[in-house]
Amino acid sequence: MEVLVASAVGILTATGVYLLLRLRSFPVILGTAFLSYAVNVFIFAAGRLVIDQPPILRPGVSAYTDPLPQALVLTAIVISFGMTAVVVMIALGAYLNADDDHVDDAPAGAGRDGEAAQ
Amino acid sequence: MSHWVIAPIVLPAMMAGFITLVLRYHPVLQRVFSLAAVVVLLAITIGLTWQVSDGTVLLYQLGNWQAPFGIILAVDRLSMLFATLAAALGVVVLLYAIGSGWDRRGRNFHALFQFQMMGIMGAFLTGDAFNLFVFFEVLLIASYGLMIHSGGTARLRAGMQYVIYNLLGSTLFLLALATIYAETGTLNMADLAGRVAAIPGDETALIRVAAVMLLMVFAVKAAVLPLHFWLPATYSEAPAPVAALFAVMTKIGAYAIIRFYTLVFPPDLGLTQGLFDSWLLPAALLTLTAGMIGVLGARRLDRMVAFAVIGSMGMMMTAVSVMTPAGIAAALYYAIHSTLASAALFLIVDVVRERRADHSLAFALAPPIAGSGLVAGLFFAAAIAITGLPPLSGFVGKLLILDAAWSDPRAVWVWAVVLSLSLVAVIGFSRAGSLIFWKARTHEAALGARQLPDSGPAAPMLPMVAIGGCLTGLVALTILAGPVHRYTTATAAQLFAPDAYIATVLETPGRATTGAETQEGGH
Repeated sequence: MEVLVASAVGILTATGVYLLLRLRSFPVILGTAFLSYAVNVFIFAAGRLVIDQPPILRPGVSAYTDPLPQALVLTAIVISFGMTAVVVMIALGAYLNADDDHVDDAPAGAGRDGEAAQ
Repeated sequence: MSHWVIAPIVLPAMMAGFITLVLRYHPVLQRVFSLAAVVVLLAITIGLTWQVSDGTVLLYQLGNWQAPFGIILAVDRLSMLFATLAAALGVVVLLYAIGSGWDRRGRNFHALFQFQMMGIMGAFLTGDAFNLFVFFEVLLIASYGLMIHSGGTARLRAGMQYVIYNLLGSTLFLLALATIYAETGTLNMADLAGRVAAIPGDETALIRVAAVMLLMVFAVKAAVLPLHFWLPATYSEAPAPVAALFAVMTKIGAYAIIRFYTLVFPPDLGLTQGLFDSWLLPAALLTLTAGMIGVLGARRLDRMVAFAVIGSMGMMMTAVSVMTPAGIAAALYYAIHSTLASAALFLIVDVVRERRADHSLAFALAPPIAGSGLVAGLFFAAAIAITGLPPLSGFVGKLLILDAAWSDPRAVWVWAVVLSLSLVAVIGFSRAGSLIFWKARTHEAALGARQLPDSGPAAPMLPMVAIGGCLTGLVALTILAGPVHRYTTATAAQLFAPDAYIATVLETPGRATTGAETQEGGH
C-alpha cells in the first residue's frame, strides 16, 4: 500500500514536471493537472494510510482514519479544477490571439517586436 | 466576539456577487458601489487597526468552534497594518481605474476587483495555514482575471505565464501544508507554533523540508530571486491599475514569511538554523541586485518600474532576513513605503503611455506629452521615493534597514550591496526621466516648431488625484516617520513575543468536540 501510493505520487509528479517543461500550452496544462493529482494523493497520505476504517468519531469504535486530509483534498480538488478551467480559457485566448501556443516568450524578431514593427 | 473582524472579508465578497448579479448592465452603479465598498472597507480596517493598536489580539471563531478544531481569524497589529495598507491602496487604484476608464475596457472589472480585495483581506486576517492557501487561491484567481483584463496578445501571453507560475506555487504550497500536517497533525498557526517547537531535535528532517518548501512558496509570491521570473512580464503587461494593486500582492508573500517565520518557525528554533542567514539573506541581496540591474537594463518604462518593484522587494526581504525585531520593524516601514511608491509609479507610467503619441513606453525620443510638466514632476517625486533619496520615505526606510543590519555579522555585505545599488537605481531612473520628459523638449526643438500634441478634451483629473493620493501617502509617511516606526516596532515586538497570540487563539472558549455533540452531528 505504502509503496503503491508513494510510487503513484512520484510517477505523477515526474510526468507533471516533464510535461511542464514542454513549453507548449496543452502539455503544460496537462502537466499542471498531473501535478495537482500528485498533490491530492500526497495530501491524502498525510493523514496516514488506513484501510477500512470510519472517518467519523462514533462511540464504540477505536480505530479511525483521519477525516481532515479528506476535507483538505476536497478543497484542493475543487480549487485545482477551477484553476485548470481558468488556465484553459486563458491559454485558448492566448493561442487564438497570437496564433502560437508557446508559453515562453517568442524569440527576438518575432512576436511582440515584430508586431510593434508592423 | 466581535463580528467586525470578518467584515473585511464578507463585505467585498457580497459586493462582488451583488455587482455581478444585480448591477451587470449598470456600469455607473457598478463604479459607485465598488468605490463605496472599498471606502467602507478602508474605514473598517482603520477601526480594527485602532482596536488592535494597544496589542490586543482579536479572535473570530467561525461557527463558534474552538481552535484548533474550528477555523479562526486572528487579527493582530501585523495583520491590520497590511490590511489597512491594502484597503487604502484599493481606494486609490479604484479611483484611478474609474478616472482613466480602465474599468470599461473589459468586463467584470469591479466584480473581480472586489474578489481580489476579499482574497487579500482574508490572507491577512486568517489564523489557519490551510485557509491562507484558500485565500491565496481566491486572490490569485481574481488576479488572473484582472491581469488579462481588456485582453491583447502580449497581455494574454504574460497572463498565461503568470497563471502557470502561480499554479506551480500553489502545488508547492499544498505539498508543504500536507507535510506539515503529516508531521504535526494540525494546520492552525498558533497550534503549530507549540507542536513544531515540541518536535525532538533529531526528528526534524521532514518539518525542515516543509519549512523550506513553505519559504519557497512565499518567495514566489514575494518575487525573491531565483523565483522572481513571473514578475517583470506580469507587472509590465497588466493593466496599470491592476499592476498598482499588485504592488500589495508581493507584500502578501513578505507578510506570510514574517508571520510564519516568527510564529511557527521562529529564528531561535533549532530546525530553522541557517535558513535566514545562509539562504534568505543572500537571496534577498541577489534580488535587490537583479532588480536594480534590471532597472538599468530595461528598455521600456513599464519594465523598468517592474524591476524596481523586484529591487524594493529585495530591500524589504533583506531587512526581514536579519530576523531581529529591529529588522522586522524596518521591513514593515519599508513595505508601506514601497507599496505606495511602486503603485504611484505604475499609475504615472500609464499616464505617460496614454499621452504619448504612439502609446509606447520605449525609451525612444518622442514629442513631449501633454501636461508633461505635471507628469514629470510626479515621476520625479515617485522616482526619488523608490530609489531612496532624501527627503522622501524611501530614504528613511533605507536608513532603518541599514541600521537594523548593523549588528548582523554580514552587515558589510548588506551595506555594500544596498548603497551601491541605490546609485545604480538613481542612474536608471534619471536616464528614464531625462529620455522621456527632458530630452523630449530638445528633440522637439531639433525637429522644428511642431505644435504640442493637442490633448483634445481636457484630461480627466481623477487619475491625477489617485497618483496624488499615493504621493501624499509617501509624504505623510516621511513626516510621520517617528509614529509609524514606533507602531512597526511595537508590531515587531508583538511578533517576537507570540505567547499572547497563541494563548488568545487556543484558550478562548468555544464549542468543543464533546462526545454528546459528536453523536448528534454524526446522525
